Formats: sequence, C-alpha cells, structure tokens
Amino acid sequence: MLGKLDWSAIPFDQPIPLVAGAVVLVAILGVLGWVVVKGHLPYLWHEWITSVDHKRIGVMYILLASVMLLRGGSDAIMMRIQQAVAYQSQGYLPPEHYNQIFSAHGTIMIFFVAMPFVIGLMNLVVPLQLGVRDVAFPTLNSVGFWLTATGALLVNVSLVVGEFARTGWLAFPPLSELSYSPGVGVDYYAWSLQISGVGTLVAGINLVTTVLKLRTKGMNYLRMPMFCWTTLASNLLIVAAFPILTATLAMLLLDRYLGFHFFTNEAGGNVMMFMNLIWAWGHPEVYILVLPAFGIFSEVVSTFSGKALFGYRSMVLATMAICVISFMVWLHHFFTMGAGPDVNAIFGIASMIIAIPTGVKIYNWLFTMYGGRIRFATPMLWSVGFMVTFIIGGLTGVLVAVPPADFMLHNSMFLVAHFHNVIIGGVLFGAFAGFEYWFPKAFGFRLDERWGKAAFWFTFTGFYVTFMPLYIAGMLGMTRRMQHYDVAAWRPWMIIAAFGMAVLTIGVICQIMQLVVSIRNREALRDRTGDPWDGRTLEWATSSPPPVFNFAFNPDVRGEDAYWDMKVHARQQAFAHEEPEYQDIEMPRNSPTGFVCAFFATIMGFALIWHIWWMVILGGLGAFATFVVFAWRDHDEYVIPAAEVARIDRVNLEERRSLVSMAGAV
Amino acid sequence: MSDETHLTAHHDLAPGEEEQLSVGARILGYVVGLALALLLTATSFFIAGTDLVWQPSIPVALIVLAIAQMGVHLVFFLHITTGPDNTNNVLALAFGLLIVFLVVGGTVWIMAHLNANMPPMDQIMMRQ
Amino acid sequence: MAMTATADHARADPHHIGVVIEHPGPAPKRIVTAYGFWIFLLSDIVMFSCFFAAYAVLSGQTAGGPKGAEIFEQRNVAIETVCLLLSSFTCGMASIAADVRNRFWFYLGMTVTCVLGLIFLAIEFREFADLVARGYGPSRSAFLTAFFSLVGCHGLHVSAGILWLLTMMAQVLAKGFRADILRRMMCFALFWHALDIIWVAVFSVVYLLGSAP
Repeated sequence: MLGKLDWSAIPFDQPIPLVAGAVVLVAILGVLGWVVVKGHLPYLWHEWITSVDHKRIGVMYILLASVMLLRGGSDAIMMRIQQAVAYQSQGYLPPEHYNQIFSAHGTIMIFFVAMPFVIGLMNLVVPLQLGVRDVAFPTLNSVGFWLTATGALLVNVSLVVGEFARTGWLAFPPLSELSYSPGVGVDYYAWSLQISGVGTLVAGINLVTTVLKLRTKGMNYLRMPMFCWTTLASNLLIVAAFPILTATLAMLLLDRYLGFHFFTNEAGGNVMMFMNLIWAWGHPEVYILVLPAFGIFSEVVSTFSGKALFGYRSMVLATMAICVISFMVWLHHFFTMGAGPDVNAIFGIASMIIAIPTGVKIYNWLFTMYGGRIRFATPMLWSVGFMVTFIIGGLTGVLVAVPPADFMLHNSMFLVAHFHNVIIGGVLFGAFAGFEYWFPKAFGFRLDERWGKAAFWFTFTGFYVTFMPLYIAGMLGMTRRMQHYDVAAWRPWMIIAAFGMAVLTIGVICQIMQLVVSIRNREALRDRTGDPWDGRTLEWATSSPPPVFNFAFNPDVRGEDAYWDMKVHARQQAFAHEEPEYQDIEMPRNSPTGFVCAFFATIMGFALIWHIWWMVILGGLGAFATFVVFAWRDHDEYVIPAAEVARIDRVNLEERRSLVSMAGAV
Repeated sequence: MSDETHLTAHHDLAPGEEEQLSVGARILGYVVGLALALLLTATSFFIAGTDLVWQPSIPVALIVLAIAQMGVHLVFFLHITTGPDNTNNVLALAFGLLIVFLVVGGTVWIMAHLNANMPPMDQIMMRQ
Repeated sequence: MAMTATADHARADPHHIGVVIEHPGPAPKRIVTAYGFWIFLLSDIVMFSCFFAAYAVLSGQTAGGPKGAEIFEQRNVAIETVCLLLSSFTCGMASIAADVRNRFWFYLGMTVTCVLGLIFLAIEFREFADLVARGYGPSRSAFLTAFFSLVGCHGLHVSAGILWLLTMMAQVLAKGFRADILRRMMCFALFWHALDIIWVAVFSVVYLLGSAP
C-alpha cells in the first residue's frame, strides 16, 4: 500500500535531524496558524499564491532562496565544525550523516539558493527594464516557481522521512547506483532535481521569449540594459543545458528503477558517460548562475558611478561569447579521468580562453568607475567586493584549467576553495547587490544602510577567513569531503576556517537584522519617487512598488540608458504637466494552476521516491487534469479601466512633480 | 519616415507560420514535402540493404540522406526559411543545433578517447 | 526624398545590416506563443541528443547479447516511418483547415493523424513486447538499454502528442476556432513535425546504421 515507506524511515535514533525537523515543522505550523487566525489566508491566496504578476513571483523566488540559504548555511556550519574537531577523532557527526550533509549542502546551495535567487531577480526586474507589462507566459511563470518550491520541499522532507543522498551533490555512479545506494537518498535527490528542473526550464523559456519578443517600442537589442543581455545569455544556457540534466538523471533513475545499464559496472554500462553528461550540464550551469550576477554588477556600477557603462558593446560581445564557450569546456571537471593528452589539452585551452571575456568585463567595470562620481552605497560595496574576490577565484580557476596542475589539485580542498570563491564571490555577492539595489523597487522603501554595510563587511571578511585557509589545506594535500583526518598540518587551517564561518554567520545575522530594522523604519525609508538611486534604466521610471501593470504607457525608448535619457531631456517633467489620455489595460488573470500543479507534483515525486505506484498515477492524472482545466477557461485576462489606471498613475506623477519642483527650488 | 521603417520591422513570422499564401499553394507545399521525404526515406532504406554500392560509403550516405530529409521537413513542414522575417527562428535553431553538435560530437569524441586510454579490466587482460 | 531612400535601402538590404531600425514594440501573441514553444522544442531536441549520444557510446556494448542486426526488422521500421510521414502531412492539412476555420477537414485531418500515430505506437509496442519476450529486454545489455530508452523516449513523446491531439480536438469541439486555440494548434503542429524530424534521426542512426553487420 505504501511502497517502501514505514516507520523505520523516521530516524528516531538521530537527534540532530529529528530536532531540526521538529523545529522547522513547529515554525511552519506557527506561521500557518498565525496566518489563518489573523485572517490573512485569503490575501495570501489571492495576492501571492495564485498571482501571475512577475514581480510577485520574483519576490517569492527570492524568499524561497533566502530560506534555503539558511538551511544550506546550517549545513555549512555543521561541516566546518566537524572538520575543526575531527582531528584524530570521529568528531560529532557519524560518516553517513556527514555524507548526507555535504550532499545536501551542495544540492541546496546550487539548485535552491543560487538558482531561485537569480531567477527571482530576473523575473522581478527584466520586464520592468524592457518597459513591458509582464513576462511572455505569466501562468507558466507561476508553474515554474511552484515546481521549484516542490523540489526544495522534497529535499527538506528527506531530513525527517528517510534519508538524503550520501553521494555528493552530483550523485556519481557507481556509488549512486542501486547496488551501492539501496536507500531512498539518491531517489530524493534525483526526483527533486527532475521536478525543479522542469520549473527552471519553464522559467528559462519564458525569459528568453520575453527578452527576444517583448520589448517596448524603440528598445532595440543594442539599447537593452546589460542585465537584460545577461538574462538572455543565462536563459539561453538554461534552455540548452537543463535538458541534459533531465536526460542524465532520467538515465540514472532508469538504472535504479528498471534495471537499465547506462552507468552500471555490469552488462557494458559506462560510468564515465555519467561524468561526461552531467558536466555537459554542470559547466554551463555555473555560467547560468554567474552571468545574471555580471548583469547586476553592470547596472550597479554604472548607476553608482553616475556614468554609462564603459564598453557596452564589448560587454554584450563578452556575454554572448561566454554563453557559447561555456558549452565547450565541460571536460575540465574530469581531466583526471584519463581522456588523454589531446582531449585534455583542447579542453584546457578552451577553459583558459573563457577567462578572456570575463577579464573584458572586469576591465569594463573598472573603467566605468574611473572618473565617475562613485557613491559607496551597499550595492556598490558588494560590487567592489565582488571584483576583488572574483579575480582571485578566476585566477585559481585558470590555474586548475591547466591539466597537469589539475592532476595535483583535483578533488582537493583547493578546488573547494576555488568554486566557493567564484560562487560566493560572484553569484552570492551579486545576488546580495541585486537584493539591496532593487529592494526599494519591489517594496517601496530602502534598506537600512548601516546594517547593510555591517552585513557586507562581516560577510566579506568572513569569506576570506573561511576560504583562504582551504586553499592552503588543499596545497597541503587535504582532499575534499573528509569526515575525519589524522594530519596535524591541516588542523590549524580547519580551525581558522571554522572561525571564519562564525564571522560569515554574523554577516547573515546582520542581513536579517537589516531586513527587520528596515521594515520597522519603513516610513522613514520610504521611496516616494520610484528612483531612489538616481538610476539609468526603465525600472526606475515607474513608481515603487510598481502598479500591477508596471507602466501606464509602455515607454518609447530613444537610446541606451533609457531612463537617464528621459531625465536629461526632461521629458519626465513634460509628462508631469500634461495629463495624458489613459487607456484600458488588459492584464493576465490570476490562476491557481501553478500551485495545484505543484501540489500534484509533490505527491507524485514523494510517491515515486517511495515506490507507491497508485499514488504516482493519482498525481499524474491530477497534474494533467489541472492543465486541461486551465486550457478550458474562457477568460484569461481582465481589464483595468482607464479611470483606475489614471488614478494610480496620477499619484505617481504627483510625487515626481513635487520632487521636480523641490529640485527646482534648490 | 518612421512609419516606413516600422512597417518593415513589424514583418516577423512565428515559427511554423507561412507567408500569406492561398490554401492551394499551402497544400502544394505539403505535397512536395511529403513526396521528397518519402523519396529520401526510400533511398535510405534501399541503400542500407543493398550491396550495389561501395560498402564503406553506406554510413556516410545514410547520414547525408538523414540530414537532407531533416532539411526537407524544416522547410516544407516547419516553414523555416532564410527570409528576414525568420531571422529569430533560424538563430534559435542554429543555437540549438550547435548545442546538439557539441553534446553528441563531444561525447562521442571524449568517450572514444577514454575507452582507448582506459579500457575495462578484461580488455587489458586480453591484450597481454 | 528621404522616404524613398529608406525604402530602397530596405529592399536592397533585407536583413537591415548597418541600419538602425526602431524596434516596433512587443510582438503579437501568436508570435510570442509560437516562439516560446519553438524554444521548448529546441530544448527537447537537446534532451534527445543526450539519448543519441548515449546510444552512440553504448551501441557496441552488447555484453554477449544480440547485436542490432539480429533484432531489427526493417519492414516494420519502414511501415512506422511511412505512418509518421503521412501523419505529418495530415497534421499539416489539419492546421491549414484550422486556419481557414473549416471544421470538417480539421476533424478529418486530426483523426487520420491520430490513427496513424496509434498504428505507429502499436507497431513499436509489439516490437518492444516481442524483444522482451525473447529475453532481450533493456536489462540485457547496455546496447539494449540505450536502444529502448532512445526509441522509447520518442514513443513517449508520440503518446503525449496523441493525448494533446485528442485534447485539441475536444477544445475545438467545445470552443470553436478561438484565437488562443489556434495558437495551441500551431504549437501542436510544431510538436508533431518535430517528432517526425527526430524519427528521421532515429531510423537512420538506430535502425539503418545499427543494422550494419
């Protein structure tokens, strides 16, 4: 009846996951109870859960990423403590638990922190920057978000029901095959990624179509803000790379569920093909993450330097070059597998070549700052911190791109330090910069600068104290994923790293404090003009938060840095004085399709993991029925009458007019 | 003047969409496509089974015929052309094909080298 | 004067190389929907390419089991191919009928497409069942694993296509040729034609090349 599921699935003998699970469960029930008692449930349902507004969905993505960041961060703290204490002893985490923790840490941080964070920012900002009312497929957007959330939910369910994979974040066979991992851990891993992978693919298709087909009048390709370009490149990579992940995991699942022989040791299966295929996805994936971050830095650096981006066209070229070359370097993740000198040399050279467009970008940012009036607000601090950190990470990357050097450093702590250096220094700093930069746009008030700066400095310092020692430990020969060790020389570095982790934790606490303090002081921090940073792109041309239709009139773009242009030509003031003729606006109707679909996907995923076949069929039928019901509806749009548009827009214009007259008085 | 440029820029076709043609012309397009596809398929099946041609040329011929037939499908059924109204569709297709080429070609190349350099245990035993 | 110059230029330079043309604004829904689906199809083709790559790598690994030449029946594959080619044609007829809002030809085209697709699936299913019955299931060897997955993946797509086709017919029956339904019909036609293209690769690479001794 319930497949493999019984009471032995609950780890009653392991206090840590049980207590953690209980705390999370109580927290969730508490929040739900509060929502229900306070009567917020209808608001939540109508305004958020069923919303197809790209801004709301973007915010939900970022919220998901932030919560998961805390989960993945706790895993990191546990690992750092374990390695600090496990010198000539077993530490406090038994091996099978430690292995689950590092697997979960990697999986969560990449798929459920970094991905939703950047997709959330792209969702929130790109339609605004393009001057349009929504993304190309609003309902699918909601489906994509909820499927990602389903994946995250399944990974976290594994904490309490059953176990998570002990195979590392990419589940290499033969360890991940049924004969060596008979438990449900790998199944949890694979099905969560399959489900969230569908969500990511949908988001990718949506954003590619949005950028290519939905731009406002006059928004030519070479007038798009840099963030739109990196969004295009990143989502093209999603569309091209995520099917590879889906296919590879499908093969692994076929091996595990139906006795196929793709990656087994017997019957002619080929283990090495898994590494080959998964990295053909895995390398583009890191560029999927970092390209949007590059876009964020471009926007931030240009805005806070008060200058147009230096070398805009070279930046576009570099972005698209990275987009293509990132598909030609995947073998550098397994140089040591023995493909021979020809293959290794070619992929090594390709890996070094990809550093060139990245270098072009660094110089462009530096030259944008050069001669500018730089304001060191929090987003700018993250950007400058990024430039310094990312150069170090990039250089160690070029180092391991040299095959002979890689043979020495492969799977060592040096590698761990390298990819944390680029992912934290690149993606996470970028996500934080974007968060600080666009928060006022999303919510209508700025974030507290003092706590923001504290968060930056603690995170920045904490990062260096944590990860620089890992480079050294790697040079000293320490391999990754060690539950305990007996080499005295490594110990001091592990202790320093654990100390650095504490500093990083303070950084995260500052980040949370910043949010709390800012929400409390939101009236004082209110952004009335919609343009708190003196921005250059179209998202600052509308109010903060923007009305549901974004723009009363889709703006007409005449050049690069569209909003800056408008400000310079004082077109805004002209707008402010003449009352334009408002028109009705059609907007997509809200739909519970995404949520219901994800509900069935959760049931189906859980049932597949535990081999509960009747439930699988039920979930599948439910998902299909949801889509048919969605396809059957007669009205997918509603109309906002011109009078309502006028009322909302007048408030915004009023604020701007008062600002203009104030500036005139000064 | 701006109207003039807008008129040309508006000209964009969805993938699979045809230029405005009469129904008869559209049906004719499908008929020609079907005939070509059937012809190429028949040739493929014939070549695969025959011993009338030089044997080592067969795999190459089959691949060329397959690519030709895919082209026929793209042009006559999916209406992908080189016209300016199709630029975006063709670019997306080209990107997709590049990725397919990299994934398939790269995998075959890498795995062939791996198999040559790191053969399974039993094959090493056989060599000795 | 300026106007004619631009018009001449546009004709001489249809791709507008070197001319800055003001972007006209968001594309109409029909183009947006079809383009999004086009992107999805490309991603689907990338997914297929992984199974093709796996087949290319594993096709020699028979582990003492049968080789391709021993189990493939060219006559069946030829019938399957003709079915799919004809169904692509009838699908094209159905989409023309939908465009001119002719219900009779639309239903006829879709029904024939559906029947041809079902014949294809039946032949494929019989082939699979026959192989499994002879002990040559996907667990027998890596070659058979790759074969069943690649051909089966295409078969699953055809099955999904038939499900979609029936939903499409029901929608036209219930709602008529509404704009959003015509957009879906366009996507369906793209999907069905793309499956045909993948089948061309399947029969060429798997069955014909794989039959070589």
